Amino acid sequence: MTTTLETPVDDAPAPEAPRRRLPGRQVGRFLAYVVLVFFSVVYLYPFLIQVVTSFKTNGDATNNPLALLPDPLTAAAFGRLFDTDFGLWAFNSVWVSVLVTGLRVFLDSLAGYALARLHFRGRSAVFSAVLAVMAVPGVVLLIPKFLVLNQLGIYDTPVALFLPLVADAAGIFIMKQFFESVPASIEEAARIDGAGTFRVFWSVVLPMARPALITLTILSFQASWNELPHFIVASQDRDLYTLTKGVATLTTGQLGSGNQFPLTLGAALLMTIPVAVVFFVFQRYFVGGANEGAVKG
Amino acid sequence: MTAAPAPAGALATASPRGSGRSSSRAGQGRAGWSFAAPQLVLIGLFVLIPILMAFWVSLTDWRGRGSPFTGQVGFVGFDNYAAILTEPGLARQDFMTALRNNAWYVLLVVPLQTAIALGLALVLNSKIRAKGFFRTAFYFPTVTSSVAISLVFIFLFTGGGAVNGLLGLVGIDGPNWFSDSRGLLHLIGDGLGFWDADSPPAALTDGGPLGLSWWDWLSGPSIALAALILLVVWTSAGGYMLMFLAALQDVPNDVREAAVMDGANSWQRFRAVTLPALRPTLFLVITLGLIGTWQVFDQVYLISQGNPAKTTLTPAFLSYTSAFVSGQWGRAAAMSFVLFAIIIVLTSVQRFLMRDKDAAAEKKALKATQRARAASSKTTFFQAGR
Repeated sequence: MTTTLETPVDDAPAPEAPRRRLPGRQVGRFLAYVVLVFFSVVYLYPFLIQVVTSFKTNGDATNNPLALLPDPLTAAAFGRLFDTDFGLWAFNSVWVSVLVTGLRVFLDSLAGYALARLHFRGRSAVFSAVLAVMAVPGVVLLIPKFLVLNQLGIYDTPVALFLPLVADAAGIFIMKQFFESVPASIEEAARIDGAGTFRVFWSVVLPMARPALITLTILSFQASWNELPHFIVASQDRDLYTLTKGVATLTTGQLGSGNQFPLTLGAALLMTIPVAVVFFVFQRYFVGGANEGAVKG
Repeated sequence: MTAAPAPAGALATASPRGSGRSSSRAGQGRAGWSFAAPQLVLIGLFVLIPILMAFWVSLTDWRGRGSPFTGQVGFVGFDNYAAILTEPGLARQDFMTALRNNAWYVLLVVPLQTAIALGLALVLNSKIRAKGFFRTAFYFPTVTSSVAISLVFIFLFTGGGAVNGLLGLVGIDGPNWFSDSRGLLHLIGDGLGFWDADSPPAALTDGGPLGLSWWDWLSGPSIALAALILLVVWTSAGGYMLMFLAALQDVPNDVREAAVMDGANSWQRFRAVTLPALRPTLFLVITLGLIGTWQVFDQVYLISQGNPAKTTLTPAFLSYTSAFVSGQWGRAAAMSFVLFAIIIVLTSVQRFLMRDKDAAAEKKALKATQRARAASSKTTFFQAGR
């Protein structure tokens, strides 16, 4: 059954013949599993340690870093976490991420649609500019971003937290590529019926773009939720700390600063949960590209 | 029929449907600009104008007080660039140390993450059970935040932490990772008897280019930087693995089967069929790797702050502290532009190498890029300034 599923039907019998004479294949497959299991341990063990340690006492975490059973089991670290500003940081992260994601998806779709479908003078120049902006490495923008926020007088304000993150060239590119892959005939029919450009875009084109919109939503949410350097240069007010910036202050950067590991790992665990949920629910949109060719074999 | 008079050229080439189109074209022109306008304004305001402002600041001695765009700020020409590139002094020594650290970092991270990503993709592309589980496990760190991962690694690599605990089980006395500034090459050379790391040969310590001795340039990454390298390879390999997996789906199956019929063994098949098909993706992964690794900031900020003994200092982090901690804004902006130039040069070299090959390969790479963009958030991370 499985073999026929994974090989093209028309020449399915062909590869069967030589397979039986190769005992090396068995060894190869065994080695493949050894490699995969080894790397799974390397990849899952840190997360396991993280979960377990957040339920330990400080002393237990420091003395038995390898133990996979907390002794005693305690949620005290989470209690202490809520004595910090963790709730405020989470609140800030939520509104910033939601706002950035919503605005990015809407404005990227508008711009992507314009570049894909609407004929206007200077369109190819605009597209070249978008490609050029995509090539600008984000880290070299840190000081420039501070300068413009400072000059506009919005440094250390809520606007500075989210507005610069909305500017996004990569999303325009993704939406443009998608809109170009959709047949134009449907929109043309709607246009002949007399619908305006925005009407056509909003009620005909966008509903068809669901897969691309979901992909862009996920990428934008994840990027803004995990963002750190921008928040560092955009504000210093403690009331404007997001989760990334706030949790970063729990460890004063230097290693060996106390042994509050259950607290820091608990914070790291909690801040990972929203992205993890999004990841597991929408996983096929993350790995969609990889799955695309699966049908072909 | 036509509301707006169409230009003569348009009329000449107009098809029977042309008159209707030209009226919609005028409307489309307005709609096109107004659709694109919000993002164009934001990109102009938060990408293009800031770059121009920073370039101006890099030519001044602005110290962070008031606005850098008034007459009170001193114009110093390219002095800031000279201070970090050509003039002997502490500023250049720090910047060159940061470049050295980052170069060793790139030299190790890019090959390691590419090799692991390719290896895992090849294994996962064979007939394996629980493929989805393994893929998820390897990819998951890519989507989690650098803060969460850094906190976990601080715990794992602490002096009495899990990594040293595991090393202890096999009888190795692990180092105090994040506070160990000894260079790996210094240690290896010492171990092989080439030199004594405590009293290095004078031939190496006496001179060297750009303000650092040969001994310093050739230190290799420090133990602390090596721990950061492990962290980053661990985090990013999964994302690149997805790109390779996507590309492997495109390897022509009939060619591979023909090779099997011809009696090619698996290594020959890999060399002759799989590797050529993966070449564009390999180039893409290396390019993205180069761009990303020269920008390392988060992990340094979170874990080591450039310590110990400046061995985890990177240009991005040094630029940040020069501005926000030391108030040397002009110099910090100059560092950003040098870093920008390094990345642009490396990407151009890569692009030049790709242009060398036939158009088909290029087209394929573009397709792979688009697919990878959809498949991986990695790309947007880079753009978003990670």
